[in-house]
Amino acid sequence: MATVKRTIWGYRRENGRVGVRNYVAILPLDDISNAASEAVAAHIKGTIALPHAYGRLQFGEDLELHFRTMIGTGANPNVAACIVIGIEPQWTQQVVDGIAKTGKPVAGFSIEGNGDIATVAAASRKAKEFVHFASAKVREECPLTDLWVAAKCGESDTTTGLASCPTVGNMYDKLVPAGLYGCFGETSELTGAEHLAAARAATPEIAEKFMRTWTAYQREVIEAHKTSDLSDSQPTKGNIAGGLTTIEEKALGNLEKIGKKVRYIDVLEPAEAPARGPGLYFMDTSSAAAECCTLQAAAGYVVHCFPTGQGNVIGNPIMPVIKISGNPRTVRTMSEHIDLDVSGIVRREMTIAQAGDALIDAIVQTANGRYTCAEALGHREFVMTKLYRSA
Amino acid sequence: MPRQPQLLVHDHRDNVGVVVVENLSAGSDILGVVTEDNSEIHAVCNQDIPIGHKVALCDLAIGDSVIKYGQDIGRVVAPIRRGDHVHTHNLKTKRW
Repeated sequence: MATVKRTIWGYRRENGRVGVRNYVAILPLDDISNAASEAVAAHIKGTIALPHAYGRLQFGEDLELHFRTMIGTGANPNVAACIVIGIEPQWTQQVVDGIAKTGKPVAGFSIEGNGDIATVAAASRKAKEFVHFASAKVREECPLTDLWVAAKCGESDTTTGLASCPTVGNMYDKLVPAGLYGCFGETSELTGAEHLAAARAATPEIAEKFMRTWTAYQREVIEAHKTSDLSDSQPTKGNIAGGLTTIEEKALGNLEKIGKKVRYIDVLEPAEAPARGPGLYFMDTSSAAAECCTLQAAAGYVVHCFPTGQGNVIGNPIMPVIKISGNPRTVRTMSEHIDLDVSGIVRREMTIAQAGDALIDAIVQTANGRYTCAEALGHREFVMTKLYRSA
Repeated sequence: MPRQPQLLVHDHRDNVGVVVVENLSAGSDILGVVTEDNSEIHAVCNQDIPIGHKVALCDLAIGDSVIKYGQDIGRVVAPIRRGDHVHTHNLKTKRW
């Protein structure tokens, strides 16, 4: 099949990017604006609130990451229009201005001096206007390769490295050369395979940038707080139950999801939008599923491929997450969470190339509007990455 | 259609394979496939081994490296016999 010629039906945004969902997002800038944001979303149908835990007294690099995540989330092409609510007007406006660069409708409201009730009333009136704007949008036919598709695996086991991660890798090997934007991350979870990850950079300079990023994470996060097996976090109890024994083994399976041929063309900061054109990107992220997905969505990715062995149930509020599993027990016991069953690979009934084609079909269906399992089940995990304690 | 394997091995250099069927019981003579080139191997298992868990393809001594994907995945911390379950009780990361 000529995958490169396939099309999807998406929303072409003001800046030319293609979205596959059409949300009116109600984005709280800070934790104390969650209540007002959720009140607006409860009041105006067709909106979605994105509550989270942070945004106050952050500073330096940590605050920059907070703003980048907020602006990137509002700017994501799956968001048609965005309301920003913050306690203070200045920082609220900063996020509004960042999102406005996409050309999409965005408006900010601040609570101080107004109170929640007046703020909710004013924001609801604007949100209603935005819902009419968004719901009048019509999907149009776009090349499949206009999509930005991210990947991250979770609750991995040994079948992840045998089946579901190679499935994602096969998809990238087929679509990235045709113009797709891809993204993988999980800096600490490449430990044991970092030499192989470095070897997949497009140039020696990019490989060096990757090793600098990986080494800094090791030094600043891991070495500074290290415990045996990182207190059963790497690998997790679920990984161990699934047969994974060491971080090296887990990392080698993880890296299978970038395929055999494709090379990454840049190393991104957390939530940084790719800027070197179509291709695969590595992003410096935690390996915690919700944190990683939130950062990838904030960088502009519109569909996510998530290989799982033992059955991670993650979703994201604005980016559909397609769950792929090659563990025959998991696809039986947790079937409501698995969008694509590739357990035929371990039975040798399905090749990795066939599984890659099935994943491309699932991406097309999802992009055209079909709900993922996580969407149908209401998984909306939106988790900010925090670099250090607030002031 | 060839018989369904009970064990998959990534690479010919590997000294462990992964059980890919449920309810594999001790004493089984098992069929393995090396995914690198689809070649068949025969292995044994000395214990009941759950799906997803590893079986040793040869004897290993304390301090040896366990190889999977053709790569080093950690060091042996208790003696392992061919057919033994390989997991946290006899294999430890070299990293943390």
